[in-house]
Amino acid sequence: MFAHFDFGEIVRSLPYLFYTGMTFTLLLTALATFIGIVVGTLLALMRLSGISFLTVPAAAYVNLMRSVPFVLMIFWFYFLVPYIGQWVTFSAQPLQVGAFASSLVTFSLFEAAFFCEIMRAGIQSIPRGQVAAAQALGMTYPMVMGYVVLPQAFRNMVPVLLTQTIVLFQDTSLVYVISVTDFLGAASKVAERDGRLVEMYTFAACVYFVISFAASRAVQVLQRRTAIIR
Amino acid sequence: MSAMIDIAGLSKWYGATQVLKDCSAAIATAEVVVVCGPSGSGKSTLLKCVNGLEPFQQGRISVDGVSVGDPKTNLPRLRARIGMVFQHFELFPHLSVRRNLTLPQIKVLRRSADEANAKALRLLERVGLSAYADKFPGELSGGQQQRVAIARSLAMDPIAMLFDEPTSALDPEMIQEVLDVMVGLARDGMTMIVVTHEMGFARKVAHRVVFMDKGEIVENAPTADFFENPGSERARLFLSKILQH
Repeated sequence: MFAHFDFGEIVRSLPYLFYTGMTFTLLLTALATFIGIVVGTLLALMRLSGISFLTVPAAAYVNLMRSVPFVLMIFWFYFLVPYIGQWVTFSAQPLQVGAFASSLVTFSLFEAAFFCEIMRAGIQSIPRGQVAAAQALGMTYPMVMGYVVLPQAFRNMVPVLLTQTIVLFQDTSLVYVISVTDFLGAASKVAERDGRLVEMYTFAACVYFVISFAASRAVQVLQRRTAIIR
Repeated sequence: MSAMIDIAGLSKWYGATQVLKDCSAAIATAEVVVVCGPSGSGKSTLLKCVNGLEPFQQGRISVDGVSVGDPKTNLPRLRARIGMVFQHFELFPHLSVRRNLTLPQIKVLRRSADEANAKALRLLERVGLSAYADKFPGELSGGQQQRVAIARSLAMDPIAMLFDEPTSALDPEMIQEVLDVMVGLARDGMTMIVVTHEMGFARKVAHRVVFMDKGEIVENAPTADFFENPGSERARLFLSKILQH
């Protein structure tokens, strides 16, 4: 049934697909995960602080991010960020923000809302007695969080955090709305140039599947390795 | 001699429920005081007020002359000088035994890694657990974990130690090893407040026994007097219940 399909086309375009496309996809995934976890953890600490001028904005932010379609966010940020940049830097023209920077900002801020909820659950899973013990040893709030609570919360949540990262990896393909060449974007360009839509999209689907599936198996292995002995 | 720990007119409420009623007691340097009483009588709450883990609404507590309830008091600095041992040990499960002992010394007291490590090993030796320095808390028995927890507190060179039911979560055969360490401490002249039901321990090392019921300090008497001639009906009833075997 594949008689008139030309899979050779895929082989010829591999350098472009992976060097240009996949590099972007992986770089965006890695950076957005990192920034997302850092910002998300700060948001989680704000939400759990019990101080209303911290909890209210953090909760509002998370709820806003989770109530807006992601594609809309990417699109909207792409057009909005230059104007925000202009306003912040008092420049005469809208700030030139590349598509990569724009998508990195969007993904980081959007994922931060999800990572916030994961880290919040992780922090709440640490028994109160751990905090009391750390305080009784004379630790200040940053020490209690930095040395006792967050390391344990983070380890408990590694599987969930990485699962969210796999979702993020798949979601990076949404950058097509701002015409960025990620892996899927590269595949799609080749497909349309050569009229090999079925082959290219099938191949792209296989690549996403292999990476995501391998990553989720790796998460399971990691989960067994990093578990804290109790 | 002025009191190391001075509790005066302490009252505490959880919402509308009063959990501590006008409690007063003074603990001198090198004195060992056992606090006992029925569950829910406020013993642990009283203990947690002493190092400011629980806030209180009325009264005054001072430790070595520092007022605990004063908003200007640097609570972390004060707590670093008061050791506390918990019912459920509360070792940090993600850190090795050695790291449990060195981390607070390095971060809170700003000791060098070498100094902290030497101190940790000395104290592990003292509680008989030198061989376990590089194990994780989860690999130790309850009794061993509690001894590590005591060593972790001692590593901070505390001026007083608070024990919150240190043996109630332990299997019976492990209680003695923990009590032995505590007896050693008492003999060395550590100022101690011990919330416990171990009356054998109280008889052996306590200078005084404080008996609490329904948030009140009902009795505060020298150990011998408390056991032989309790002044109140409530204390007599309590003793008859726990000493009948």
